[in-house]
Amino acid sequence: MEYLNIIFSETYKILFLLVPVLVSVAMIVWLDRRIWAFVQKRQGPNVVGPFGLLQSLADALKYIFKEVIIPSSSNKVIFILAPIVTMTLALVSWAVIPFSATQVIANINVGILYLFAVSSLGVYGIIMGGWASNSKYPFLGAIRSAAQMVSYEVSIGVIIINVLLCVGSLNLNDIVIAQEELWFVVPLFPMFVIFFISALAETNRPPFDLPEAEAELVAGYQTEYSGMMYAMFWLGEYANILLMCAMGSILFLGGWLSPIEIYPFNLIPGAIWLIFKILFLFILFALVKAIVPRYRYDQLMRLGWKIFLPLSLTWVVLTASYLFYFNLLPVN
Amino acid sequence: MLAHSIFFYIFSLIAIISAIMVTVSKNTVHSVFFLILDFISISCLFIMIGAEFLGMIMLIVYVGAVAVLFLFVVMMLNVAQQKNQWFSASENSQHVPIGLIVSLIIFFELIIVIGGWKYKPDLVSAMALNIDKNISNTHSIGYVLYTDYIHIFQLSGMVLLVAMIGAIVLTFRQRSGVKRQSYFKQISRERTDGVETINVESNKGVKIDD
Repeated sequence: MEYLNIIFSETYKILFLLVPVLVSVAMIVWLDRRIWAFVQKRQGPNVVGPFGLLQSLADALKYIFKEVIIPSSSNKVIFILAPIVTMTLALVSWAVIPFSATQVIANINVGILYLFAVSSLGVYGIIMGGWASNSKYPFLGAIRSAAQMVSYEVSIGVIIINVLLCVGSLNLNDIVIAQEELWFVVPLFPMFVIFFISALAETNRPPFDLPEAEAELVAGYQTEYSGMMYAMFWLGEYANILLMCAMGSILFLGGWLSPIEIYPFNLIPGAIWLIFKILFLFILFALVKAIVPRYRYDQLMRLGWKIFLPLSLTWVVLTASYLFYFNLLPVN
Repeated sequence: MLAHSIFFYIFSLIAIISAIMVTVSKNTVHSVFFLILDFISISCLFIMIGAEFLGMIMLIVYVGAVAVLFLFVVMMLNVAQQKNQWFSASENSQHVPIGLIVSLIIFFELIIVIGGWKYKPDLVSAMALNIDKNISNTHSIGYVLYTDYIHIFQLSGMVLLVAMIGAIVLTFRQRSGVKRQSYFKQISRERTDGVETINVESNKGVKIDD
């Protein structure tokens, strides 16, 4: 009976988190397209519902009623597993995101490592999809994206080390609380920029969307997918983007902390601030998509390995020396 | 404790079954996927005994990086098609004796490890450092890794570095005739380097090709 109670209350909490995440993924797709359109002086989706807000819902309905086609020469089990893996991994990492000091499903000791681990597993959905399709374009897209994601993970890991040096804990709530006086975006600004660009590459967003570069690879690893399975890839991708934005706002923008600690602002709950920060980062993501042309693949690799990795490693040494010299290391 | 043991048996069952499937499954790519499943369930077991740092590092390093490269190589080589040439030659095959030797060595090593554990079960706790049980796993690793074990830690890093340099040296080949983009040249190029304004006289034209 006790176990049942625990299971019910946890399920309630998980649903309370997942349903808003899924709804906001749909909204964020609309926002993405809308911003993209505004930058290019177009209207964007504005027909379905007020301001076109229900466009994603209409799209989702269309995907649900479309036929799911499984290529006869594909590896069927892995072909079906791939979108499931992508979506599951994108949603499972929300468990550790703290929305306030208490509003978190799993407040684990190694929260940031968990986030990093799950986001590095995200590559499997893409590789599985690309390989199981048994066709040239998806396979090339999958290979490209695997190499890209593995390379940029390295610099993201080093950037996380930078933040951890200043915090002294792997717990996400501790990371947020450590920024009470000063958000890490101020002392670690170059790292924030590199994190942002690496996050673009990690989530296969433009200008690093080579895995699905439509001029060369049709749609990359998604080429053979249709109907609901395609929609699941799509949902997983956008949930991952939101997650990267959440990670950025927790690591650098103070998570659920309010920017100004004066009367009317500190009444607003932390969750709202976190959502605003995620939205801010997402709008930057969308703007980059509209503004920057796509990279060539060798340029992408050069940027990851020859520029970001040495730079972030140097910054680790700098941060560590600074903290050590001024005796600011968070040793307890 | 009931839930704890249920989860322990679930994860260890998945780990054992997927470890068997790695060797049994016909498709090499499937083997790698089972290997990944094995890694994941073992890292779950690590987390369950309270070694959450080790479990997460296992996920990041083995599943997130090493297994991706495994998968990469296996998919690129397309071993499934070459399988007949590689594995079907059971007569006068060189693989069987080597495989037998390796598996025998591993078998005896396992006997030594398990036997030692049976023989002296308190060995581990007797050797353990004086670590505060109240601090988290990550903290306690941090306390000893860079103080007591710094030399071993640095040495293992050096081994990895040497291996990496060796791999690069082995595969690196200098090809001639490859056009490389020089960013410095590209950016420092001025308008005057590429464009020349010439006053063309009427009825005479201008020769541009030299």
